[in-house]
Amino acid sequence: MTDIDTLQSELIAAIDSADAADALEAVRIAALGKQGSVSALLKTMGAMSPDERQIQGPIINGLRETVTAALAEKKTALETAALNVRLATERLDMSLPAPEAPRGSVHPVSQVMDELAEIFADMGFAVAEGPEIEDDWHNFTALNIPETHPARAMHDTFYFPPDDNGVAKLLRTHTSPVQIRTMTSQQPPIRIIAPGRVYRSDSDATHTPMFHQIEGLVIDKGIHLGHLKWTLETFLKAFFEREDVVLRLRPSYFPFTEPSVEIDVGYSVVNGKRIIGGSEGWLEVLGSGMVHPKVIAMCGLDPEVYQGFAFGTGVDRLAMLKYGMDDLRAFFDGDLRWLSHYGFGALDVPTLSGGVGA
Amino acid sequence: MKFSLSWLKDHLDTDADVNAVADCLNRIGLEVEGIENPADKLAAFCIAKVLTAAPHPQADKLQVLTVDAGGEPLQVVCGAPNARAGMLGVFGPAGATVPSNGMVLKVAAIRGVESNGMMCSIAELELGDDHDGIIELAGDAPVGQVYADWAGLDDPVLDVSITPNRQDCMGVRGIARDLAAAGLGTLRPLAEVYKTNAIAPIDGTDPAPDVATLDPEGCPAFFAQTVSGVTNGAAPAWMRKKLKAIGQKPISLLVDITNFISIDLGRPLHVYDRTKLSGGLVARKAKDGEQVEALNGKTYILDSSMTIIADDAVVHDIGGIMGGEHSGVSDSTTDVLIECAYFTPEHIARTGQKLALTSDARQRFERGVDPAFLDEGLAIAVKLVLEHAGGTASAITRAGQPPIAPRHIAYDTSHTLRLGGIDVAPEKQREILESLGFGVSGEWQVTPPSWRRDVEGGADLVEEVVRMVGLDHVPSTPLPRADGVAKPTATPMQKIERKVRRTAAARGLNEAINWSFIPRKEAVAVGGEHWSLANPISEDMKVMRPSLLPGLLSAARRNMDRGAPSVRLFEIGRRYLADSERLTAGIVLAGEKTSRGWAHGKSVKFDAYDAKAEVLALLAAAGVATDGLMVMAEAGDHYHPGQSATLRMGPKNILAAFGALHPATAKAFDLDGGVMAAEIYLDAIPLKKAVGFMRSAFTPPALQAVTRDFAFLVPAELPSSDLVRSIKGADKDNIVAVRLFDQFGGQGVPEGQKSLAVEVTLQPTDKSYGDEELKALSEKVVGAAAKLGAVLRG
Repeated sequence: MTDIDTLQSELIAAIDSADAADALEAVRIAALGKQGSVSALLKTMGAMSPDERQIQGPIINGLRETVTAALAEKKTALETAALNVRLATERLDMSLPAPEAPRGSVHPVSQVMDELAEIFADMGFAVAEGPEIEDDWHNFTALNIPETHPARAMHDTFYFPPDDNGVAKLLRTHTSPVQIRTMTSQQPPIRIIAPGRVYRSDSDATHTPMFHQIEGLVIDKGIHLGHLKWTLETFLKAFFEREDVVLRLRPSYFPFTEPSVEIDVGYSVVNGKRIIGGSEGWLEVLGSGMVHPKVIAMCGLDPEVYQGFAFGTGVDRLAMLKYGMDDLRAFFDGDLRWLSHYGFGALDVPTLSGGVGA
Repeated sequence: MKFSLSWLKDHLDTDADVNAVADCLNRIGLEVEGIENPADKLAAFCIAKVLTAAPHPQADKLQVLTVDAGGEPLQVVCGAPNARAGMLGVFGPAGATVPSNGMVLKVAAIRGVESNGMMCSIAELELGDDHDGIIELAGDAPVGQVYADWAGLDDPVLDVSITPNRQDCMGVRGIARDLAAAGLGTLRPLAEVYKTNAIAPIDGTDPAPDVATLDPEGCPAFFAQTVSGVTNGAAPAWMRKKLKAIGQKPISLLVDITNFISIDLGRPLHVYDRTKLSGGLVARKAKDGEQVEALNGKTYILDSSMTIIADDAVVHDIGGIMGGEHSGVSDSTTDVLIECAYFTPEHIARTGQKLALTSDARQRFERGVDPAFLDEGLAIAVKLVLEHAGGTASAITRAGQPPIAPRHIAYDTSHTLRLGGIDVAPEKQREILESLGFGVSGEWQVTPPSWRRDVEGGADLVEEVVRMVGLDHVPSTPLPRADGVAKPTATPMQKIERKVRRTAAARGLNEAINWSFIPRKEAVAVGGEHWSLANPISEDMKVMRPSLLPGLLSAARRNMDRGAPSVRLFEIGRRYLADSERLTAGIVLAGEKTSRGWAHGKSVKFDAYDAKAEVLALLAAAGVATDGLMVMAEAGDHYHPGQSATLRMGPKNILAAFGALHPATAKAFDLDGGVMAAEIYLDAIPLKKAVGFMRSAFTPPALQAVTRDFAFLVPAELPSSDLVRSIKGADKDNIVAVRLFDQFGGQGVPEGQKSLAVEVTLQPTDKSYGDEELKALSEKVVGAAAKLGAVLRG
């Protein structure tokens, strides 16, 4: 064994046995420092003859490289060990709860209104609005409900005291006045839905004095009962996202439509709940009909030229049928438990591609 | 409108069972609300003969019977005093359910004697009120047969909802006519139904009664006839049975006759006891303040818009709505006057609404009775009275004229296809209309029958045709669809509403929907009473809300009462001001913002800045550039005066108010601790014009920005935003952002002052700043601050 071999063995052994960064640094200085043993060997090369250097050069440089590599490797090993020791002391109980973030919600009525807007937008319907504090003309007279008409007895109307001219405003009893406001302010073709709050002086287990309706109106040339039927079938299938939605149309009476049609939807009983689809029984869900010629004329349009259909239904009721709430009063109670249970996430935005239900 | 199947079949010749009838009724627009067969609950009860009756060994009031109910004789314990050997009655065996109390009969020992069922009373079977003893049947009743079958109780009763337009279907006959037109059977002639050769006026020999109408508008026709020498008593069994089947209590022959005709033919009548009348009867307008005691025992105060029937002395009848107590018939009545009048529907409706009085007569007159049926109605009434009460009839008085002028509608049969969307052959249309009583000329002049005042034009005729053909046959026809993908339809405000709603939910707020009406006191506290209902459902739901806060605060309290530690509620809805309804978003934050936790210790309450954060986030979602908003005071008296503000776009346009609720307001809503509130006036947000989708080019600065911190002493009352705005304006080319990062007062800060520290971001454009430039910019910052009295801290 040469001297160089011996030196290398000694240095490697010293590196291996260094158990801390400072000990390792001492070995490095002893070998590669200015006065180091390897540095001393390197310096001898300057005095060598070319032939000798040819032989000794690679050997001495090899020594230096081996020692340098060993030092680096040991340094990494020591650092890793030290890090591991530190990390071991930093252990946390990851089962501890993360910071809480409140979970907000969208009210089912708002959600269903968004769903309806989405479905009807695809059929070319815009969303129209109108005042809730209405006048008699828009709520009744223009809808062919004269003062003495028995139909007025069907509406339990909230009135405000008469003004100085003896005219009393009222809270709209249905969204139908928006039909009138639309027909008197724009020219056909008209396709609108009008969701909103309506009011009736009625309060019991299944009625609240305020609730939500949605009105639909189509006025154009050549619109007939078959279009009404298709529109409501298409809407209900899209809304409930079921192909087995069955409609039953019954002749009925509304002063502002002629003919008037009541729409029942078939349901099946699943786990004791009525689920829309099938025809085990029937639920009344929509009132509709062809807009009465008198109403069209009252709005300044020519009923000989224009005709169309209108329909109305309860938004709260649609929500109940789709999502299974059974108490209307809870809709307006603001109970956080109910809102969390039946509410919708902020990002549950109804879309046609993702489905309108959530 | 209720009627039994057998009653319907008096008018309609048909083999249809009750389900077929109900299906057809629904199909043609007469909605069946219920079907009830009294026999269903009596199926187990059969006719039985009492073979022996002996005293009960243990009880004086009981007897032990042996009963033959068609099988082996059974022992039955019975408490009825009229139970005796040989009688026939109704037996309920073990297993039967007693209708009156829901009790299931079983074999049991009664005071030590086994009883195998029960002999029943009328009341127990819910066939009447009589519970004095067990039912006694005629001697020929067949033992063992189901009692309900033998007694003719197997007669389902239909309850049909009649829409306000169908005057004709307020009588069984009208319903039968509709069913016949729909092909369910044949309408029997009226004379056949009333078992006579022809329905013709019965002109008697007694002098015609003295009646007149002085109110041709309210009562155009008043027909009357008297019958003298009548005996009032019980109506014939068939009539009582029909009335009872539909829940009408038989009263007396004379009253029952009018009730029967009203239901059978939709023709209300009134019968007066002539001896209680003073002089002739006249239909006239009431005098203001005139009174009448009606048959329901209540006294009504009348006014001059109402039509009444009166004699020389008093008012006897609220015309077409309810008769008077004074001249009503009784058991001792011998002479009657029968009124068959026509009252104008609109008048009846107004009077009925004013008096808040409903009656079977009003329901019919309000819809309109058949004006061409006065003679027949009177003839049938007189016929029934003569037949069952005896007496002699008078001549007929016909005062006034009912409105019977026929109306003609020029009809185009293609209207059915155009409006109804279904092609129906003209011959078929003619057949349908004629079967409903319409006259149809060769040129399609259609004359509606006198009982269909609702039919006014072509659309009505289309309805008649389509409902008889069946709505199910109308082919579904797609609406024409515009080319391409559906166009967006939402308005800018609708889009703002959606974004605000979903942003609020994303930020952890729960959307509530509260009543639009609130108590007056609450409305006054948050903005005033602009719209108060004249007829509220309660005082708590009286005034249209001028603010969304009361509803949210009440909801917050209810949640806190239920133990919710933290409430974050919002609502988007209208607030109702004197001039308009305005879209508003309201927010209430109450309780804990963060509950106590292992990481940060105690729970943290909401503060006014939390409300500000929500407002800014929602305004930003609505597209408002919130940096430019002004923070000003005057949030309202319901806020803490020192911890609330408004956000304005310009000094006048208030977009939002927010802050801590005034402790007094919180107390009024029973809320403890700090409650934060905010309202965003969505209607005040200026709508942006669409500018296309292209964004401005992205040009990040080439040079690194520099930040410098400055601390100032400022007057304590100076709003920090003023300082920030002033510094921002010091050099608009170089200062791109000013952020306040520290505020403190107290120790080390002179009295009346506070220290504000800001981080100013400077953005060089062409070349990096040199020392001189930075120094100049610093001086500009300090100078701008100095204008507000701010002094740079050393």
